[in-house]
Amino acid sequence: MDSIHDLGGMQGFGAVRVERDEPVFHEPWQATAFALMVATQVVMRSHNADEYRHSIERMSPSHYLQAHYYERVLTGTTTLLVEKGLLDLQDLEARSGGVFPLAAPVAENPMSDRVPQTEARFTEGDRVRVLPISPAGHVRAPKFCRGHVGTVVHRAPKFSFPDTSAHGGERRKEHTYHVEFSAQALWPREGGANDSVVVDLWDSYLEAASS
Amino acid sequence: MSDQKTADIQRRTEAVKDQLIRKGLLAEEDVQHFLDLAEEWKPENGARVVARAWTDPEFRQRLLDDATSACAEMGYTGLQGEYIVALENTPELHNVVVCTQCSCTAWPVLGLPPDWYKSPEYRARVVRQPRRVLSEMGLELSPDIGVRVWETSAETRYMVIPLRPSGTEALGVDDLSALVTREALIGVALASQCER
Repeated sequence: MDSIHDLGGMQGFGAVRVERDEPVFHEPWQATAFALMVATQVVMRSHNADEYRHSIERMSPSHYLQAHYYERVLTGTTTLLVEKGLLDLQDLEARSGGVFPLAAPVAENPMSDRVPQTEARFTEGDRVRVLPISPAGHVRAPKFCRGHVGTVVHRAPKFSFPDTSAHGGERRKEHTYHVEFSAQALWPREGGANDSVVVDLWDSYLEAASS
Repeated sequence: MSDQKTADIQRRTEAVKDQLIRKGLLAEEDVQHFLDLAEEWKPENGARVVARAWTDPEFRQRLLDDATSACAEMGYTGLQGEYIVALENTPELHNVVVCTQCSCTAWPVLGLPPDWYKSPEYRARVVRQPRRVLSEMGLELSPDIGVRVWETSAETRYMVIPLRPSGTEALGVDDLSALVTREALIGVALASQCER
């Protein structure tokens, strides 16, 4: 879904603030939220990493931007646990003494109809175009590279295809490719002549490009 | 509950944990296990990998060919370290890493990411205005040096091998690794100059 999480290239954001000697966690609840996020996936196996990423993407944009990273972690994880009937929202709200905002439900027909690409179609040096995909559910091709042509600089192993695995679809794996786009192609008015962006993209997000 | 205020985040977190434990879905030890693991993931690990690559040409080559195995050889493996690729800076090319859509990082070698890496400001801007963002963060790069931004959009996890600072020829691995910060491993800083 083209939601607030897909931030790459979005304008209007100010300076990056670096905290010197930053601790891993600023408050104890952040550590707990992190541990619950991992434990629910690794120990409970109540959901996978793709479902988890998508649960955060479903947060309302205003909540997403205002929440600290570990509040997003907790919100996404809790949303899935409530949706799967493992936790009770009323009980959580009673115990925490207020509203417990969750992410919005999964869209109807969330999956794109990409054709599975189980064999590697591309190799280093190939020119590829990112398809103009925009499904209602989970997708990992950032908006800023869709429609653009780049060059494959590396073929990575096969990994679970996120668009289907986030939605209980057919389990399938595809190669991903590190595709290099010239900064001037992506950002004609700003991109530096010597600069580029490399995006890691699943096979079925791509098509062969002649130039 | 629509007329009520949002519950305090600390109480929300405790409520989730308590309910999971009360229902027997998780044990307190499960939660503690991952907190203990998180303490083992730290940028000092990646710094030791870099220092070894600077001093051991065969290891450097293994790191460039297969960083997952090279890091595992030093004990740095596990969650979010399943497929690591090392990006070597050169006098002509500077690498910088981001995850624009969430905040993926190579936990075993970089540690859990700092707040600035997870901020909307960094995620939105570094793919579009990398030189400006780096400059604001204190790293001025000559226009002759190419900047390559690596977007962590799939399952590859990256680490940057910064250039070895000049004047460090006499240093051993321990002293060299002290020059490599988390910021240098992400690519928003250079390795520190030797202070001696």
